[in-house]
Amino acid sequence: MAKMTLEELRRLREEKQEALEKRSIEGKDFRIIIGMGTCGIAAGAKETLDSFLKVLDEEKIKHVAITQTGCMGLCHVEPTVEVILPDMPSVIYGNVNADVARKIVEEHIVGKRLVTDHMYDRPAVDIITGGGGK
Amino acid sequence: MAFRNYILVCGGTACESSKADAIYQNLISECEANGVSDEVQIVKTGCFGFCEQGPIIKVLPEDSFYVKVDPSDAKELIAEHIVKGRQVERLLYDKSLAKKHAKVEDIQFYQKQFRIVLRNCGSIDPENIDEYIARDGYRGLERALFELTNDEIIEELKTAGLRGRGGAGFPTWMKWNFSKSVENDVKYVVCNADEGDPGAYMDRSTLEGDPHSVLEAMTICGKTIGAKKGYIYIRAEYPLAISRLEIAMAQAREYGLLGDNILGSGYEFDIEIRLGAGAFVCGEETALLRSIEGKRGMPTPRPPFPAVKGLWDRPTVINNVETWANIPVIIAKGGNWFNRIGTQDSKGTKVFALTGKIKNSGLVEVPMGTTLREIIYDIGGGIPNGKKFKAVQTGGPSGGVITDEDLDTPIDFGSLVKAGSMMGSGGMIVMDEDDCIVDVSKFYLDFTVEESCGKCAPCRIGGRSLLNILDKITLGNGTMEDLDTLEKIGEAMKKGSLCALGQTAPNPISSTLNHFRDEYLAHIVDKRCPSGTCKNLVTYSIIADKCTGCTLCARKCPVDAITGDRREPHVIDPSICIKCGVCFDVCRFGAVLVS
Repeated sequence: MAKMTLEELRRLREEKQEALEKRSIEGKDFRIIIGMGTCGIAAGAKETLDSFLKVLDEEKIKHVAITQTGCMGLCHVEPTVEVILPDMPSVIYGNVNADVARKIVEEHIVGKRLVTDHMYDRPAVDIITGGGGK
Repeated sequence: MAFRNYILVCGGTACESSKADAIYQNLISECEANGVSDEVQIVKTGCFGFCEQGPIIKVLPEDSFYVKVDPSDAKELIAEHIVKGRQVERLLYDKSLAKKHAKVEDIQFYQKQFRIVLRNCGSIDPENIDEYIARDGYRGLERALFELTNDEIIEELKTAGLRGRGGAGFPTWMKWNFSKSVENDVKYVVCNADEGDPGAYMDRSTLEGDPHSVLEAMTICGKTIGAKKGYIYIRAEYPLAISRLEIAMAQAREYGLLGDNILGSGYEFDIEIRLGAGAFVCGEETALLRSIEGKRGMPTPRPPFPAVKGLWDRPTVINNVETWANIPVIIAKGGNWFNRIGTQDSKGTKVFALTGKIKNSGLVEVPMGTTLREIIYDIGGGIPNGKKFKAVQTGGPSGGVITDEDLDTPIDFGSLVKAGSMMGSGGMIVMDEDDCIVDVSKFYLDFTVEESCGKCAPCRIGGRSLLNILDKITLGNGTMEDLDTLEKIGEAMKKGSLCALGQTAPNPISSTLNHFRDEYLAHIVDKRCPSGTCKNLVTYSIIADKCTGCTLCARKCPVDAITGDRREPHVIDPSICIKCGVCFDVCRFGAVLVS
């Protein structure tokens, strides 16, 4: 994109906000967000990412967008992953190694059940959207 | 098919011990009894923190947060909440949660955290500028460029009451105002990302998780004071933060948010990264500026202050990463919004890196005025392995320890100083009964001595002398006069050192001497280290009556210092023993004596 004017910036923000609200990125309505700060990577977030890619490929699931994010603050349970699906509460999983990543795809994404023993609490209310969750 | 409700039962060890498992089972059987098993999933989770209020249950999607739940409450929870859709008010953490509130900041959330600085960390993709923009990114810059005059921007900061988060707590608006008022055709904006306190990683996480917030803030400052150029001084040990900053800067330039004619306003500003080699003293602002200039990183006397005469003798606003990250929100939402958070003398939030002997270590952001007890026990989940809390260290090598009696002090710049420590940049290290306080002081002093630049004598010579004395004490050779000497040298360093590094280096000693003088005396008079840390003062032996001759210690001893026949009392040879403590840890009969 070329340099923007004020109006163009505002338009872009509106568009992207709508996409976030609809929870859809380029037509993909399932999202897996992996915490990839130094802390997450040191705890093995790259293996987690690879495992997600592999399992999704095996299961032939195509409508999932995998993105990265920074540190959520839950250092004691890195790597952390947020999973957002339509019609389900968005949740944060901790201690997600390659095996747990497989479990998340099989149980949460395919089976629509939350994965036991790995959920953690969102640390704080969101000051931008104003809600407790997203 | 997705479920209608999800009941999360906290399965952390603390809740587990207070009947979380029974609650889990009861919830399942109650769901079956009410015929809602296929509408509700009951899930065990990891620790939610907040263990003091456990067992904890959360119901989604309503986000109802129930505390101190008993297994017998399961019946009511299912019958009322799930079947009838009514929250069980008596178990809610805060009953006001059930009511509707107009504004976010008025709601008493069960979460103790409030994230302004870390608002986007862990939620947006830091390498995608669109996600930052979608979450109100560059709204502050819009206002600064098109809606507010420079005086109004400073007024917003003044109303907000933001104080520098690097440690000293100087009002940010004053710094900006000094630089703005000075006539000069070249001015600079600098971001201090030379985070160096042991155990601190707030700034790294902010830059890695939300680099645009710093770029936006610096641009706002440039416009306000009349600077066209900014520098981010960051240590080379932070490669991921550097690469994300570089990506963010390239994207901002492409979008016209950095460079010439920003958003068509006619205003120009750009940023360059300068890598530091990781010298602690370069976090001191004058040393940092010399380092950017390409000179050796050593402090220079203040005044003149950088705001008036800084980088290449030009007026320079220098703020730390966390301070910068607050600014886009303040300008976008207004100073009044920010001013309502925090205490009388300290507004907003503070990010802490909570580490050490703590269950849930992590990066936490709390409103000023939160107590240390809330951070350690509610957010951090308390001390692991049933050990006793001893003290918490704040302020890094410039700070001090805070003991149990001061844990209920609401945190702000003033109160921490009153408690004998300081805010510092936000490192928070929790210690338990196994930590030796003399050893901890020695650790910090070792660090400041290593990192002293050597320019001024009080710091260079004083620090080394203090360290020598601490060494002597931990080896069991200390005398009572040494304590007086520690205090005397400390005083001289505080008064005579050129920069904060030397002025504050004695703080860990004076604070621990104040709170734990007994422990120093034990080392000096009794030649004993109460926690068993100082190896020279400790001997390991086996109590023959208690030893069953299981041979476990002998097998685990890395230097084969333990001998004895099977089913016969064992013996430790003190001339071979390296005092590693393995025998003590593995003995199941309490037969190993540390004295």
